[in-house]
Amino acid sequence: MLSKLTLFIGITLMYSTPLAFAALGGVVSERSGVTNIGIEGMMTIGAFVGACVGYFTGSAWGGFFAAAAAGGLIALLHAFASITCRADQTISGIAINLIGPGMALFFCRLLFDDATMTVPVTKKIPKLFGNAHFKGAMKNLNVDMTVVLVLLLAVFLWFFLYKTKWGLHVRAVGEHPAAADTMGINVYKIRYLCVIVSGICAGFGGASMTLAIIPQFTPTAISGQGFIALAAVIFGKWTPHGAYGACLLFGAAQALTVLLGGSALKVPSEILAMLPYVLTIVILILFVGRSSAPKASGQSYEKGQR
Amino acid sequence: MNRAAKILKKPFMMTLIAIFCGFVVAGLILVAAGYPPVHSMAVLLQGVFSGPKHISNVIIKSTPLIIAGIGVAFAFQTGLFNIGAEGQYIMGCIASTVTGILLDLPPVIEIPLIIAAGILAGALFGGIVGFLKAKFGIHEVLTSIMLNWIALYLQNYICDLKRFHKPETMGTYPINKSGYTMVLGSWKATTEGKERLLSSRFLTDTLLKTDVNVGIIAAVILAVVISFLLNRTTKGFELRAVGANRDAAEFSGINVSRNILHSMIISGGICGLAAALYITGNSPHGITTLAAFENTGFNALGVCLIASSSPVGCIFAGLLFGGLLYGGQSMQYVVHAPSEIINIVIGVIIFFVALVHIIPMILTRYAKGGRKHAE
Repeated sequence: MLSKLTLFIGITLMYSTPLAFAALGGVVSERSGVTNIGIEGMMTIGAFVGACVGYFTGSAWGGFFAAAAAGGLIALLHAFASITCRADQTISGIAINLIGPGMALFFCRLLFDDATMTVPVTKKIPKLFGNAHFKGAMKNLNVDMTVVLVLLLAVFLWFFLYKTKWGLHVRAVGEHPAAADTMGINVYKIRYLCVIVSGICAGFGGASMTLAIIPQFTPTAISGQGFIALAAVIFGKWTPHGAYGACLLFGAAQALTVLLGGSALKVPSEILAMLPYVLTIVILILFVGRSSAPKASGQSYEKGQR
Repeated sequence: MNRAAKILKKPFMMTLIAIFCGFVVAGLILVAAGYPPVHSMAVLLQGVFSGPKHISNVIIKSTPLIIAGIGVAFAFQTGLFNIGAEGQYIMGCIASTVTGILLDLPPVIEIPLIIAAGILAGALFGGIVGFLKAKFGIHEVLTSIMLNWIALYLQNYICDLKRFHKPETMGTYPINKSGYTMVLGSWKATTEGKERLLSSRFLTDTLLKTDVNVGIIAAVILAVVISFLLNRTTKGFELRAVGANRDAAEFSGINVSRNILHSMIISGGICGLAAALYITGNSPHGITTLAAFENTGFNALGVCLIASSSPVGCIFAGLLFGGLLYGGQSMQYVVHAPSEIINIVIGVIIFFVALVHIIPMILTRYAKGGRKHAE
């Protein structure tokens, strides 16, 4: 029984980690007033660069941080379009979603002899308790380091957004950029930084998929996780703790699916696979309800506008 | 200068600029990756325009994108972001396949029933999103994303059912032949028909070698009807008013909740129609198990954006999109450049569609600056 419980917790944490990284990034970007629909594309780039660099350098952490850099770089495109050029943020985000996977697969074919998968990395991201061998229930709790990192990130972001001056600035820019500007806050700078941070986080999310959960990049490694992360941002009402909680819930539903699938229950696997998504909608109806985005989210800002 | 500025400010010109930029960036990437850019692009164009067969294939490939694009555009014009087009399209595929396999009636009844099933299934999924938004205020993007996945797994479930699963394949049986909507579909298969078509090179290429179907005609009619509905009727005005300014619409006595619901039902229904026409008009006339999304609905978002949410514009944007996807295959075949370059091209085009809207602003500023110096 205890081992079942720890297995449940272990799977929950494993599934929720890539989502949580990306969702936390989404929160930062949206809080500063820039909608980021492009999370999916940024995650895919991160997943590919992570696995690719991880394979060629033999260093999982090297891949992990290279993925973040790649995510940040592609986020810079989104930032340039939506902040400097005041372009429609939804359109730019969708463009990123096409460019990201396109680039990832294009370069994957170039570097790996026309294959759409990378060669598996030899070293995955280490586990929390290293290679220590555990027996029974504890074995399931020896989670990837990324699980711990994302939890720390969530706590840090909560502290940053609600307990520090800079966090207040970010939120002010997202609610009322003109007022923030009057107070001497540099709206453009804050938005640029937030969007880039969002890309970095999405890169981490992608890499924590291809360096910790599965050891390689495949065309379906990231298929829709970015969108689920986007949903988690809204579900969590644009707060770091909310988004992290939403990802945990989602991971828990996935874990439930896995455990039920292994049991004697006679439910077709496809119907079980729907569970997380149905559960999300039900919870939304019952407990969450009306959600409202940061006021200036999705709107571009021009100095001097009212 | 002024005249050039005026021409450049036209939306159509700006879209052309965006498309041009897309190809330039793709060319640069090809150069960086060591492929001959001009030759690659030439192969791409050849793949599309080198014969009636290819043009006909492009039209066939574009049809679902055009119709689903119109569906997304409809929601966009009413202020809703229908990221659930993918799920609604999948639902349309499932419903029309199931109906087409279960029923075997004369074509005059069978085809309308299959198409109605597709539309209803799409409308149902769109309607759920609209209902949850209107009634509980749940963000449409959130529910749409969840429903996309539910649709994906439902399709896999149906594919696995004994009644529908075709042995030794990944998919279902095809729908009954009475549901096919290819042009002269059954006549083509007879020896007499084959001989008649073979006598003309053009007809052989267009009719015999491809699945020419009625979808594109439906798409054109739909574009006109939806434009009319949005721009020339009271209902269309109400829907657009809700999209433009929800509070103002409410204040002037328009029922906002009901219009959100209607908009999502219609948008979903159109995506379902796209799916139904695809199933009836294209082999394998059934659905297969999905490992990931096939992206027809997501690509429809791109079509809608390139067309700036104009239903008629979706026809051309859809043809561009379909043409690139089709031509990309021959590029991979001849030049061995990964066909994913096409996704980059399309992504960059959409990126520049977002960017080119600053051209008028820059031009205005430039014109003003000029005047200041003259004074």
